[in-house]
Amino acid sequence: MKIVVTVKLVPDPNSEKKIDPNTKRLVRTGVETVLNPYDEYALEAALQLKERAGGDATVTVFTMGPEALKETLRKALAMGADEAVMLADAALEGSDVSATSYAMAQALKKTGFDLLIVGGLTDDGSTGAVPGALAEYLGVPCITNARKAEVTGGALQVERETDSGYQTVRGPLPALLTTALTFGEPRYASLKGIMGAKKKPIAILTLSDLGLDRPVGTDGSKTQLVNFAPPPVRGKGKTIEVADATAGAHAIFDFLKEKKLV
Amino acid sequence: MNFDLTDEQKAIQSLARDFAQNEVKPRAEEMDREEAFPYDLVAKMAELGFMGLPFPEEYGGAGGDTVSYALAVMEIARADASTAITMAAHVSLGATPFYLFGTEEQKQKYLVPLAQGKKLWGFGLTEPNAGSDAGNVQTKAALRDGKWTINGTKAFITNSGTDISGGTTITAVTGTRGDGKPEISNLIVPQETPGFTRSKKYRKMGWRASDTRELSFMDATVPEDHVLGPRGEGYRQFLTILDGGRISVAALSIGLALGAYDEALAYSKERHAFGRPISKFQAISFKLVDMLTEIEHAKLMMLRAAWEKDQGRDYVQAASFAKLFAGELSHRVVNEALQIHGGYGFMDEYPISRMYRDQKINEIGEGTNEVQRLVLARLMGL
Repeated sequence: MKIVVTVKLVPDPNSEKKIDPNTKRLVRTGVETVLNPYDEYALEAALQLKERAGGDATVTVFTMGPEALKETLRKALAMGADEAVMLADAALEGSDVSATSYAMAQALKKTGFDLLIVGGLTDDGSTGAVPGALAEYLGVPCITNARKAEVTGGALQVERETDSGYQTVRGPLPALLTTALTFGEPRYASLKGIMGAKKKPIAILTLSDLGLDRPVGTDGSKTQLVNFAPPPVRGKGKTIEVADATAGAHAIFDFLKEKKLV
Repeated sequence: MNFDLTDEQKAIQSLARDFAQNEVKPRAEEMDREEAFPYDLVAKMAELGFMGLPFPEEYGGAGGDTVSYALAVMEIARADASTAITMAAHVSLGATPFYLFGTEEQKQKYLVPLAQGKKLWGFGLTEPNAGSDAGNVQTKAALRDGKWTINGTKAFITNSGTDISGGTTITAVTGTRGDGKPEISNLIVPQETPGFTRSKKYRKMGWRASDTRELSFMDATVPEDHVLGPRGEGYRQFLTILDGGRISVAALSIGLALGAYDEALAYSKERHAFGRPISKFQAISFKLVDMLTEIEHAKLMMLRAAWEKDQGRDYVQAASFAKLFAGELSHRVVNEALQIHGGYGFMDEYPISRMYRDQKINEIGEGTNEVQRLVLARLMGL
């Protein structure tokens, strides 16, 4: 079984995010690049499924991004992925959800997979739309928000998390799966994993390897980013002067009631 | 000149930091209060490869270098000094003697399970009456009927009495040399050796979650082949072990200083006085600047010593400089970090009070400040 996990290389979520006013894009230089945290959950799911499947099951991590960031993939290899594939081409810059998913799908067709696991959301773009678009371009079933998954007899059985409970869904392989954060905490990369990761291959694909029949990048994107602004700075809190604790409790209660919170 | 860490060194440091901040730091206060040895954390560290970080894979290690090892000890000490000394003593005092001086058979038998972190091991050099004067070993071993009979006492021995301790390597006088001076050898003493007993854990001011005991040998017997490497090499062997240990203690000291700085920085931004965070007052911000300046200074000295060792060069002077400076620096930083906390720093619920207690040993263990100066004075030809 070949499991492919898509990961995105994003600016460290713990760093302060800045927006370039000219390009209206997130500033990605001068901050550390890390694996998108949601994708680490997807990778954890893939590694668990690989361990359970045993035999010749493999995990490939796949990313689309600038080649300069390819060493960031070593962490995924150190955690236990067997190999990495990166689609890197300057012409991909500025791709929207549709163009991104289209280009990724063409590369993933080339890579091949039985099970494609995708994190539910990226920390930078946060559209949450790539998994669905990818499944559409690949023509495979899409099962989202999995807390558990099992592959038996060439079929995939998934427990999906919903607001009201859990659904059990079954589908054929190949398929696309997105993971919920309840699937399992991502493991630490062991020292052995770190030392072994440098020997694992990272293959680079460019657009000329794919033969696309539609444009990608800014030209191939139907949606355009019009404006990008940081969240408004939270205003000063409201201060209420009261005579004693009882009056204070009443004031807090009245405030919560006014906001319909009690 | 290149100051960049390799990708591998960065990955190991970042793993150690994540592990220390997520798994170790939340437990530090309770472990200190309860004097509880963290068996589960040691097991996790073993699984991740920390307990055998700098040893080759063929001996069960992770194949990392000294720079990575020093960075890992530093990151763990930043979260908890007790956990860091447990790891550092295990690696540089427990396992390293087998790696450097053991016969191939001894490496297979002892080093492999130690590097895998399945067992801990102590190193018994200090005695109640032989600390800085470590050559003045009083413990004696006599060879009778193919066995060493050992008598004596060892003091302050880390990792010697946990449930997973496999034994301790001790220095003992094993005879008289041709020049009339005592012949010192290192003897391998497994835990189950008859006549070998461990005291209860010492009650300590700091490093309270680490295991430190007094060891007694009353006609304790081990087979003749339990000499580490060649007989009579004990003195030279322990000096070499202490040289490497200085990098460990520098890393422990810098990690503790960084942890104290982290606490002081966070507190100075939260604590308001006269209508603003105290970090905005020059009296406080200058303290923080001085702390980080000195930490950076010590870190460069430590990395330099570790790098020299990795290059196979003579690193003794660099390691002694680093240990002396870092040990004393940790005193200054922890003291100022507590001062920034004001009265709250004196309260047990703030981590800085534990760090203040954990600091003092950095100026004593693995060669006191005074002995470091003695070593350096000799190296400088004085």
